[in-house]
Amino acid sequence: MKNRLKVLRAERDWSQGDLADRLQVSRQSVNAIETGRYDPSLPLAFRIAKLFELPVEAIFEAE
Amino acid sequence: MSSRNPAQRRYNRRVLGLSLAYAGALIGVSFVFRSSPPTGPLAWALALLPAVPLVGIFIAMGRYLVEESDEYLRVVESRKALVATGFMLIVTTCWGFLQSFDQVPRVDFYWAAILWFGGLGLGGCANRFAR
Repeated sequence: MKNRLKVLRAERDWSQGDLADRLQVSRQSVNAIETGRYDPSLPLAFRIAKLFELPVEAIFEAE
Repeated sequence: MSSRNPAQRRYNRRVLGLSLAYAGALIGVSFVFRSSPPTGPLAWALALLPAVPLVGIFIAMGRYLVEESDEYLRVVESRKALVATGFMLIVTTCWGFLQSFDQVPRVDFYWAAILWFGGLGLGGCANRFAR
């Protein structure tokens, strides 16, 4: 699954650690999601979408 | 395993304590069996003593997976345990047949646990290459 997490994070000038703190996950999780090594669960995907105030499909896209 | 989150800190603390207990039990029991070997139920109890902290380490790993709130870290650690289990099963199965046909020396069963801990290292490598 592709995602726009890195772009959205950069637009807000957040580090991976900042985003991890806001999502209450580890920095490794943010890195793994951004680099496509891990697809988040549905609940985490919705938390990400809520944080960026965007629909899930605006952040994640099936390859 | 780094120790930034509470579940990892608890796990590290438990494993450190249990590892020290294991080392102490193994040294103590080996000394007792060398100096004046016990018999009967006491021998059983003493022989089992080093296994108790090792079992505790397996339980600590299971508790970590339950207590870890970060889903990605749970996946990473679960994959490590699965690779370790597969590695241990492959080696012990192959060794078992070689042993049955007298091609290799007999080894103690506790080597399965040692193989499993070694397999965790392989699991760590597998995580590096996992998509």
